[in-house]
Amino acid sequence: MKPMPFDYARATDVPDALAALADAEAGVRVMAGGQSLVPMLNLRLATFPRVVDISKVAELRERGETADAVTLGACVTHGEIEDGEAPEPAAGLMRHVASGIAYRAVRNRGTIGGSASLADASADWVTTLLALGARFVIRGPDGEREVAAPDMFLAPYFTAMTDQELLVRIVVPKTSRDATWGYYKVTRRSGEYGLTIGAVILDPARDRASVVLGAASRTPLACTATAAALRGAPRWTDALEAALRVAVAEDLARGDRPFEPHEAIMVETTILRAATQALGVS
Amino acid sequence: MSLTSAPPALAAVTAPRPGCIGDRVLRNEDGRFLAGHGEYLADLDVPGTREIAFLRSPVAHARIRAIAIPEGAEGRVFLLKDLGDIHPVRAVLTSPGFRGSDYPALAADTVRFVGEPIAICLGATRAEAEDLAQEIVVDFDELPPVVEIEQALDPASPSLHGWPDNICFVSTPGGGDLDAAAKAAAVTVSREFRMARQCVVSLEGRGVMAWWDRRLQELVVYSSTQQPHVIRTVLAKLIGVPEHQLRVVAPDVGGGFGVKNNLQQEEVAIAALARRLKFPIRWTEDRREHLIASPQAREHRVRLTAHADAQGRILGLEAEAVVNAGAYSIWPWSAAMEANMVAGILTGPYAIEAYRGRGVTVVSNKAPLGPYRGVGRPSACFTLERLVDEIARAVGREPHAVRIDNMVRPEQMPYRTVTGKLFDSGDYAESVRQAAAMIDVPAVRARQTRENGKGPRFIGLGFASYTEQTAHGTDEWIARGLTEVFGYETATVRFTPDGKLIIEAAIQNHGQGLETTLAQVAAEELGVDPADVVVRHGDTAVSPYGMGTFASRSMVMAGGAVGRASRQLAEKVKRIAAHLLQVKPDEVTLAGNCAVAGARSVPLKSVTDAAFLHPENLPAGEEPCLDETTTFQPLSGTGAFAYATHAVVVAVDTGTGLVEILEYAVAHDCGTMVNPMIVEGQVQGGVAQGIGNALLEESPYDSGGQPLASTFADYLVPGAPEVPTVRIAHLETPSPFTAYGIKGMGEGGAIAAPAAILNAVNDALRPLGVELNETPITPKRILTALHDARTERAR
Ligand SMILES: Cc1cc2nc3c(=O)[nH]c(=O)nc-3n(C[C@H](O)[C@H](O)[C@H](O)COP(=O)(O)OP(=O)(O)OC[C@H]3O[C@@H](n4cnc5c(N)ncnc54)[C@H](O)[C@@H]3O)c2cc1C
Repeated sequence: MKPMPFDYARATDVPDALAALADAEAGVRVMAGGQSLVPMLNLRLATFPRVVDISKVAELRERGETADAVTLGACVTHGEIEDGEAPEPAAGLMRHVASGIAYRAVRNRGTIGGSASLADASADWVTTLLALGARFVIRGPDGEREVAAPDMFLAPYFTAMTDQELLVRIVVPKTSRDATWGYYKVTRRSGEYGLTIGAVILDPARDRASVVLGAASRTPLACTATAAALRGAPRWTDALEAALRVAVAEDLARGDRPFEPHEAIMVETTILRAATQALGVS
Repeated sequence: MSLTSAPPALAAVTAPRPGCIGDRVLRNEDGRFLAGHGEYLADLDVPGTREIAFLRSPVAHARIRAIAIPEGAEGRVFLLKDLGDIHPVRAVLTSPGFRGSDYPALAADTVRFVGEPIAICLGATRAEAEDLAQEIVVDFDELPPVVEIEQALDPASPSLHGWPDNICFVSTPGGGDLDAAAKAAAVTVSREFRMARQCVVSLEGRGVMAWWDRRLQELVVYSSTQQPHVIRTVLAKLIGVPEHQLRVVAPDVGGGFGVKNNLQQEEVAIAALARRLKFPIRWTEDRREHLIASPQAREHRVRLTAHADAQGRILGLEAEAVVNAGAYSIWPWSAAMEANMVAGILTGPYAIEAYRGRGVTVVSNKAPLGPYRGVGRPSACFTLERLVDEIARAVGREPHAVRIDNMVRPEQMPYRTVTGKLFDSGDYAESVRQAAAMIDVPAVRARQTRENGKGPRFIGLGFASYTEQTAHGTDEWIARGLTEVFGYETATVRFTPDGKLIIEAAIQNHGQGLETTLAQVAAEELGVDPADVVVRHGDTAVSPYGMGTFASRSMVMAGGAVGRASRQLAEKVKRIAAHLLQVKPDEVTLAGNCAVAGARSVPLKSVTDAAFLHPENLPAGEEPCLDETTTFQPLSGTGAFAYATHAVVVAVDTGTGLVEILEYAVAHDCGTMVNPMIVEGQVQGGVAQGIGNALLEESPYDSGGQPLASTFADYLVPGAPEVPTVRIAHLETPSPFTAYGIKGMGEGGAIAAPAAILNAVNDALRPLGVELNETPITPKRILTALHDARTERAR
């Protein structure tokens, strides 16, 4: 479990990193926290002749805030978000999510941008950023472009970015102040990737509800029927629960494959429990 | 009752004295471990060392047509033919009908499991060695693999070793009149149980380092092993270096749990190669190799039928245990160890007079099986204890009450079981009563009535009891058909001229606290402070010959040897002290680093000073120096039996299939406890591994024989959040067969946890019509069973 030999360089800024990526034949890979890349290298599942470390690039470490959005540089770490060292757009949801990723040692290095760029369907940020309606700012040889979350995650480990592009920052719209959320992650033991993840955001002030099921299919599933059933629901009732079960079934039917019986039970539980959290039902 | 040696004459200790047997002495070894100053195989710093990467088979079953070594790699890649004239490992049982097979140190003609070593590659670093391994091209002629138990049992499957089929051995233990039992029975209950294949997962993987020492003209082999002397003996035979020119050293060993209690192919290959090289070579197993290529454990299918009376008293038991032992027999245990053990102990702690067992060992294209904490016991306990719960339900009684009624009673001790084991002492039923009291059965039942069915969470209560055969003596190993008989242990106890003590023991301490507990035994006899005692072990050059640490034997065996040697040494110390004090030897007692006679005393330092440096101060005729070497064998050849009952309360989430452990209680008896604190640590740690067995750990293979869990992302082990604090009650019935009445207990915690947890989960889900008889009990298995039960009810 040792990597093939590779060259290592540290990028000084974004243009430096982009220059390294420019030659498609050179097989250069950027490294952010290295928490996914290094294990792949060690297992020799991936070999890259050159690794360019972007984790110290100042621009990628920036974070900012406007009236309606929070901006996070791609190399902001899970740990920084957990610790409140980045502005929070969604009433504590992002801090909560960060604190549940892996173990602290992984969170100290792993980055939100690395997670989004890798696009593992089980990753917490992939589900969360989709639920929050985040936008991804991508820079490449042809300049900068912005991609909305639904267009970002195309397939497992496959995003809208090309190998010559870099994810620079993520823009997360703010929810209104009294928005509520639920986040339910099923793991077999602490610190693991979720078997399923349910993210629910209810923002009545903006008449918005968003529900995403993560980890259960090739890409996170936007549960629009469930979101519609939840929009404007004032509180948990038996009637709402019944309606939600129907809506969840409708959403699941749109998944990329039929769920096996045990999965169907687990994903339904996941979504419903995230919904009860968002509605403040203990 | 067969007595195999003179009585040990070291009686049980009643009131512990400070530092002696029974005291909670802090561990001598923890200073270096806690400071990060342990020295493990990978820490050894020997100039000129080259690192090894093994090229391992990527396929489960194939003939090797050709191996292409890259140009310029001469002297850096070694195949079997490059290791000189060495013998393949041939681990057999002497039992008639056992089928043996050759296991070469490196595969040359045929590979039989993914991970089997083919070549040794050397590099200045492990990374360079791996680069080299990656360049070697092996031309495989793939053969159909035999993967699962059913395939291995099918006579139409290809035969791995040229036998008529893939059955390695069948044992048929039993006795009594089963047909009469069946006829007399009010209920007959049958089930099939499965326990998944597991990896062992010691914190430190395996590892071997070796070089030829030119000055001493000896081959030095460092290995992360539990049994250096025995490894020396077998290595010498296989590679043709005589034992007096072979030194095997186990440095600090970061956990073994059985995976280092075998001869490793890597040990043979590396020792043989080092004999021919002029520089040291080292292999440090990484986690991927550990999960794929280390000896694995379990993978049992047990069919069990019990005939019981209307009260649930078991009249007779019928069992067939099939174990998928993987590709080869490993030395010394052979492939048949697990099946034989399961079939041999399935009557548990109960007085069952009629039993018909069948233990079937099959081979397959998976990693070989080796011992893992508990060996066949967790599976035997799981099987029997699950069935006892079903018997209890069939007769409408509380499972713990049925257990109590079936147990061997104290007045029956010593009790010869139907399979020939001699239970030595104890009140088995009392362990059930105490566990039931600790867990508060009525309170749990009330809580179930209150909570179950009100939401997705279902509470369940489970019990499991067992006996743990420990410190197996000569008779046991002969009965098992082992080619070497591990019936004794040895120790040297040696004063130094300054009055301190060195114990040289042939066991190997890899987490058990033996550097402390053996010192406590010496303190008991010699009045020394255990903090002043050094225990040296794990090195064929520092201690007399002995067998090593496994099978819950070291405290009984090495403790007995240290006790006897110390007792003999104490006699001499007293004679010398009496001479110095001008009293009679029988007036002298040893305590507090002094020899005391009434109001007068002399420090031990003065005694050792006389013994080593001033022979003129010795009594007439007394020989100088102060050391003793003795051996110890327990009085009963089947050893001493510890026992326990575990009780656990779980909450099963029927929405996710996750199981949470709410309460865990253990009432156990390991005879005289040398250090209760260490005993508690062993129980807690064993339960942690049992929780892994019950809920998380599984090494599945695909139909092509590829292992699917090759990293910790797929092979889940419990972490601290998954392991509750275990409440422990000690019963303390000394064994009549061992020194001080000590029984072994190292495996116990791991034995009952799978059974207790599965019983609790089944107790919780019973109202929903679910029964689960397979480990690990994953969310997928629980939810699938819930779905099936729901579909069934809807019909
Ligand atoms: C033990 C363990 C447990 C884990 N558990 C979880 C978990 O529970 N939930 C979870 O979500 N994640 C988990 N992870 C993954 C972790 O969150 C990673 O940190 C994350 O997936 C990748 O982030 P990184 O910064 O480490 O990226 P890296 O490993 O450095 O890079 C990952 C990939 O993204 C590319 N990349 C990185 N940054 C950029 C960029 N700015 N632009 C373009 N491409 C880029 C790299 O080239 C590489 O291909 C776990 C990891 C470990 C080791």
